[in-house]
Amino acid sequence: MKTLSTLFKNNIREYGMLIALIVVMVFFQVQTKGVLFKPVNITNLVLQNSYVITMALGMLLIIVSGWIDLSVGSVVAVIGALAGVLMVRYNVNWVLVVVLSLVLGAAIGAFHGYFVAYLKIPAFIVTLAGMLIFRGLTIYLLQGESVGPFPRGFQNISSGFIPDIFNGKGLHITTVLIGVILSVLLIWLDLRTRKNQQKYGFEVTPFYFFVVKNIGITAAVMSLCYLMASYKGLPDVLVLIFVLIAAYAFMTSQTVIGRRIYAMGGNVKAAMLSGVNTTRLLFYTFINMGVLAAVAGLIVAARLNSATPNAGDGMELDVIAACFIGGASPMGGVGKVIGAVVGAFLIGVLNNGMSIMGVGIDWQKVVKGFVLLLAVLFDVYNKNKNA
Amino acid sequence: MSDVILEMRNITKTFPGVKALNNVSFSVTQGEIHALVGENGAGKSTLMNVLSGIYPHGSYTGDIYFEGKECRFRDITESEAVGLVIIHQELALIPFLSIAENLFLGNERAKNGVIDWNESISKTAELLNRVGLYESPNTLITNIGVGKQQLVEIAKALAKKVKLLILDEPTASLNESDSEKLLGLLLQLKEHGISSILISHKLSDVSKVADSITILRDGGTIETLDCKKDNITEDRIIRGMVGRDLTHRFPPREKNIGEVIFEIRDWNVYHPIHEDRKVSTNVNITVRKGEVVGLSGLMGAGRTELAMSIFGHAYGTRISGKVYKHGKEIDISTIDKAISNGIAYATEDRKAYGLILIQEVKNNITLANLEAISRRQVINEPQEMRVTGEYRDKLNIKCSSIQQLAVNLSGGNQQKVVLSKWLFAGPEILILDEPTRGIDVGAKYEIYTIINRLASEGKAIILISSELPEILGVCDRIYVMRDGKIVGEMPASEASQEKVMKYIMTQREVVEQ
Repeated sequence: MKTLSTLFKNNIREYGMLIALIVVMVFFQVQTKGVLFKPVNITNLVLQNSYVITMALGMLLIIVSGWIDLSVGSVVAVIGALAGVLMVRYNVNWVLVVVLSLVLGAAIGAFHGYFVAYLKIPAFIVTLAGMLIFRGLTIYLLQGESVGPFPRGFQNISSGFIPDIFNGKGLHITTVLIGVILSVLLIWLDLRTRKNQQKYGFEVTPFYFFVVKNIGITAAVMSLCYLMASYKGLPDVLVLIFVLIAAYAFMTSQTVIGRRIYAMGGNVKAAMLSGVNTTRLLFYTFINMGVLAAVAGLIVAARLNSATPNAGDGMELDVIAACFIGGASPMGGVGKVIGAVVGAFLIGVLNNGMSIMGVGIDWQKVVKGFVLLLAVLFDVYNKNKNA
Repeated sequence: MSDVILEMRNITKTFPGVKALNNVSFSVTQGEIHALVGENGAGKSTLMNVLSGIYPHGSYTGDIYFEGKECRFRDITESEAVGLVIIHQELALIPFLSIAENLFLGNERAKNGVIDWNESISKTAELLNRVGLYESPNTLITNIGVGKQQLVEIAKALAKKVKLLILDEPTASLNESDSEKLLGLLLQLKEHGISSILISHKLSDVSKVADSITILRDGGTIETLDCKKDNITEDRIIRGMVGRDLTHRFPPREKNIGEVIFEIRDWNVYHPIHEDRKVSTNVNITVRKGEVVGLSGLMGAGRTELAMSIFGHAYGTRISGKVYKHGKEIDISTIDKAISNGIAYATEDRKAYGLILIQEVKNNITLANLEAISRRQVINEPQEMRVTGEYRDKLNIKCSSIQQLAVNLSGGNQQKVVLSKWLFAGPEILILDEPTRGIDVGAKYEIYTIINRLASEGKAIILISSELPEILGVCDRIYVMRDGKIVGEMPASEASQEKVMKYIMTQREVVEQ
């Protein structure tokens, strides 16, 4: 049996991040006199950060592969611009526009991926070029103006809420029910993993720790759902985000392709000599990033109800920072989906909390910069201590 | 001896698990060329690294005296300060700087940090003149050949006021006339009182210029031969290099050799960057079921290049030739196809090419055959744990758990992880490239046992090794490679170290085939 202290030491990164998030949340809850955890603000927080989280999932895979994508902010803008122009100027059906946007996102990802994977040009350069190209195309498409407003259906992508089939009064019962199902599912999954580990004689965490951990997770999920339920229920976007997070967490940890991406990032030559088609895999990783950037672009456009030339400006930095804060290594091969999500939330809470407190955009950037530096310093310090 | 310039006494250097040098004593007289010979891994480079301070004082035991004074070098600058300069096999020149910039790198002619280019250039011209290199000091290193680069290295040493020059395999990558020129220069420097230590595999070079020869074997000094007194033949040197007891180092194997299952015909490979350079020329190799075939040769003979080009064209361009398995031609144009055709290649450089060091043992073992433990692309983790646990037990991998990171294992255990990976891929033909490099004697024995077991199970094995005793002790048949060609083939029963070494060392014209 592992003792609690060795357990903590081995997982200091994950727990450290979580503790940091909680500390920051409590700090802002106090400083904003309770505004942070108001249902309407929590809903806002989720909506504001949905695109960062969406793109962090793709960016994590790119960073784990050992590369970077600087273009995602511009891709968000160009997708929004194309969608806006098609819907407003050409009256194209919004569902068709969504499909076209995702296809364009894939094409942009393929464009970057082709140069990086097949022509062996460093991703930093390729995506820096992409950042300029797609920002330029955005301005060209919009002719420097904002384009909007959009049809109701399209707006609902970011402002819709799931319907309450039970018609609860003052409380969105479907949301609560989803929270319960989710909690039970998480506990069941954790229990199954634990049983498997015991079956193969691996060390498992002490049972009381297992209980405490699951109570903590359940409490977090249930309180989030309850807060949402007492406002308008779960936003559609949040459901999408949950599904994406679950899918990517599963993909990275349980599937052949996930395993291969980590192998490629850990040692590309060894992966190649083990029969992994690293060139093609890297190409796909960039296509995936392009599609997720397109999803984010649609959410941003729907949320603003207009396509603007400077949409997504600087967003790539928040996305990349989320991954590094979440423990991804710039050398590749290391990083978890959950880490990136927690990192994105941390940045989101910082943005939101400081905005409520009335801290200017200037100091917000300074604070975020130091948080990034501290998180990575923490990593390096731990690594050196263990070595 | 009055005029001894260098004396190393009772040097012992251990690495984790390996005694690289065991009580070695070595001395060089003023104004001589002293050759240091021995097989790969005999300890030559380690000895020179101790001497030059790359392994600092305190990391070894024993004493070093240079010009009568005891030396305790902490790093290479301290050894260079007294006039000891080492030129490594891999040249340490910066390709996109000029000859003059390279010559004075770290030793710049400068006043208050501002380089005096006039002095640098004129000094460079003078030094180049001394080594017989007629190039402009402003020529970039990348624009001159390897032979001339060697001369620049020597000029660089002269700029540091060298008294004892150490050359590690200086002629390994030179052609005949460049080698001649270099050896001539060494003799010329000797006239000017500069002593040299020459590490070389090319015995013809050694007998041409050396005044005395020290032979190292297994980390110990075997003998020092005086070329002036004795009549030293190459055979005499080879005997000193290889003569050792072969019993008990290799486990016995019950031989059960069947029909030919793997065949390479007329295999030609060109260098991936220098596309007109051939790295494999008309290679023909056959391997039988249950047979261990050795591929012997020096480093740089083209063995690894050959093996990797066979393994899914992982090396080289313009590859031509045919590969047969069970008499049928097979397509091995990608690594994926090679693996699914039952070929596995365990690399010589397990850290750079074999393992994902930052990942768990388990993930490393299953990487080449994830399909076997997954259904519809989803990995069945319990099954993965079960199979990797089996390999840990079968190959006796010492790890705290199969979830331990590969980076934390010892060299021998890392090698077993690499072997496990390839065994899990279920190959019929296994190419093992230097499987025992850098691991201790006990682990070597275990690896040999595994090789034997695989052969008895009917696998065809190609073993690449620079250690002759290993080739002789493990293999059934031996191919000798040199310059990308197969220059000899013999059954192990007819082979001896002297015979193989002769094929390896002697220039082609001399070998009668």
